[in-house]
Amino acid sequence: MIEVIAFYLFAGLAIVAGLNTILARNPVHSVLWLILAFFNAAGLMVLLQAEFIAMLLVIVYVGAVAVLFLFVVMMLDIDFATLRAGFIRNFPLGLGIALVLLAELVMGVGAYHAGGLQLGVADGHGAAIAGASNTAAVGALLYSRYLFLFEAAGFVLLVAMIGAIVLTHRERGDVRSQNISRQVARRPDDAIVNVQPEVGKGVQL
Amino acid sequence: MTAFFQSVFGWSYELAWFLSTIAGILLIALPLMLGVAMIIYVDRKIWAAMALRRGPNVVGPLGILQSFADGLKVFLQETIVPTAANKSIFVIGPIVTFTVTLLAWAVIPFNSGAILADINVGLLYVLAISSLGVYGTIMAGWASNSKYPFFSAMRASAQMISYEVSIGFILICVVLWAGSFNLGTIVEAQRGHVFGIINGFVANPLLFPMWVMFLISGMAETQRAPFDLTEAESELVAGYQTEYSSMAFALFWLGEYGNVLLMCALNATLFWGGYLPPLDIPVLYLVPGVVWLLLKIFFFFFIFSWVKATVPRYRYDQLMRLGWKVFLPVSLLFVVLVSGYLMYTGHFA
Amino acid sequence: MTVGQLIKSFTLWEFVKAHWLTLKYFFKPKATINYPFEKNPLSPRFRGEHALRRYPNGEERCIACKLCEAICPAQAITIEAAPRGEDGSRRTTRYDIDMTKCIFCGFCQEACPVDAIVEGPNFEYATETRAELLYDKAKLLANGDKWERAIAANLEADAAYR
Repeated sequence: MIEVIAFYLFAGLAIVAGLNTILARNPVHSVLWLILAFFNAAGLMVLLQAEFIAMLLVIVYVGAVAVLFLFVVMMLDIDFATLRAGFIRNFPLGLGIALVLLAELVMGVGAYHAGGLQLGVADGHGAAIAGASNTAAVGALLYSRYLFLFEAAGFVLLVAMIGAIVLTHRERGDVRSQNISRQVARRPDDAIVNVQPEVGKGVQL
Repeated sequence: MTAFFQSVFGWSYELAWFLSTIAGILLIALPLMLGVAMIIYVDRKIWAAMALRRGPNVVGPLGILQSFADGLKVFLQETIVPTAANKSIFVIGPIVTFTVTLLAWAVIPFNSGAILADINVGLLYVLAISSLGVYGTIMAGWASNSKYPFFSAMRASAQMISYEVSIGFILICVVLWAGSFNLGTIVEAQRGHVFGIINGFVANPLLFPMWVMFLISGMAETQRAPFDLTEAESELVAGYQTEYSSMAFALFWLGEYGNVLLMCALNATLFWGGYLPPLDIPVLYLVPGVVWLLLKIFFFFFIFSWVKATVPRYRYDQLMRLGWKVFLPVSLLFVVLVSGYLMYTGHFA
Repeated sequence: MTVGQLIKSFTLWEFVKAHWLTLKYFFKPKATINYPFEKNPLSPRFRGEHALRRYPNGEERCIACKLCEAICPAQAITIEAAPRGEDGSRRTTRYDIDMTKCIFCGFCQEACPVDAIVEGPNFEYATETRAELLYDKAKLLANGDKWERAIAANLEADAAYR
């Protein structure tokens, strides 16, 4: 009873939020609706008793990715007139993409009705570990059967990160950046010289 | 409590569950609101005392009702929504901040078994909810359609993301040692942790530096001084709160101090043994666990206020340097150290 | 960087020292007074809210010489004068001080030949509206009546130095 109400609440809100994401005129509104959609998706995951995935969804997508989205979108200076000007020109392209997506959906539904794919269960791998919480179950699979893929994914991300830094980083010679450890290490003895110069004679520094 | 309602009143499971959850929420939220009002007063008093001032001392005995007077004043003020503001988001912003603050308290154990939502990913839930907290600030800053709030929102989002990373690694150390994401289990894992007598991970030499970093990251995460760059009044007026007035402003206030209290509660729960007494001696267990927890929360709040009264505000690049160049590598190093030590001693076996 | 400095920076030694200092201050006696209930002593020369004084027989001191109006650097004083009906003596018909302009320099009381306009010891005259700070003659005379004893005592205490 409660879980049915919760399901329809989360699912309904997710659909409404998803629709608003693409219908909202203001890109910031779009991102905010997207966040609501993520959040409701996390709620659905909890209902599926996949609470680990649900929390990761919120932490990673809502907590980090969407913040960066918002960060970028907020700084956009959007002129709606120019946006609409390109509408007719890009219309055929958009129509094409829409058709591809529709075809995929139809095929997906067709394949599902044809029996679908059995993922991981048939040969015994990937079956739920009895009695373990799904955090432990995900961990056990990720660090044994899928260890290579997991590490490879990590390396792909690392390469992407290094690539982004290499592409955007530029060395500037004309800035005097602060070296905090050097500042902290500086003692009065290094900076001050006490001298008693004779009258008429200068000081050699 | 559900079972209690079912047995005493003979209600159906759904009704009993619903009402007991509501009762549990009220049981946490109402004292929390009262606590926030008092803690604002305490904060001002501590801060004043360290500056050799008196602090609020007129409303009620020793000024103890000051927060309620302020609340009433704010409540009676006119709500102003700037004409150029994005109205719906402008109003939602403070509500998000406030709600998110209350949400995270659901998984804090107040005594053994006294926990509203005893979920096995409690710590992840806290992380998830605290990462939501930044949205209130961002929405408020953007919707105000004003320069200073916008700068403040930018700063807040960058700051929160930076420190969440190292907080995540610090928490992993705790989770590795406790072997669970459940906050209740984490507290129980601290029973007699060092020499079988001291309750709390903080006495552990491998976890003590993590606690110090967690405390500092917590200040950055809740935007408390010395990391209160989002509302740095000398440069940003009042940051994201600049355009707010009346109840919306009050909600930000409540949310901010609620977050600080939550950070104090997390410090107590994760490193200082939560509802356990400091030493594993039977006499100390005569005091109820919730009293120990509240004492610890108050102690940490004193530290938060103390730091606020002592340390000047960081510059933004210093803040980022501390987060990314100091805390991130050090916490990563400690994840390796802690897991290495635990593997070496066969903790997982 | 020496080993000692490394240890200092990793144990946050300077922060610990700073916090120890503030903790000591936490228990020190307060430097501030409990203001609305306690007040600091004021000098007899304190320049606070303005007042127009009277002679002991009730006659107002001001003779409308307009010296205060002339010397006022903020141009806060406005005076209009006319012979008084009953005895034809020169008196003010209007004596306004815009307290929002006044800079409390005390030139008016220095300029006054008859000690009529003075700045009294009162500094607690905050108002709710701006208009209340535009003082007219009646208000200033009322101030004089209200604060006469304190003002007279202050003038007497300060007379030796003039």
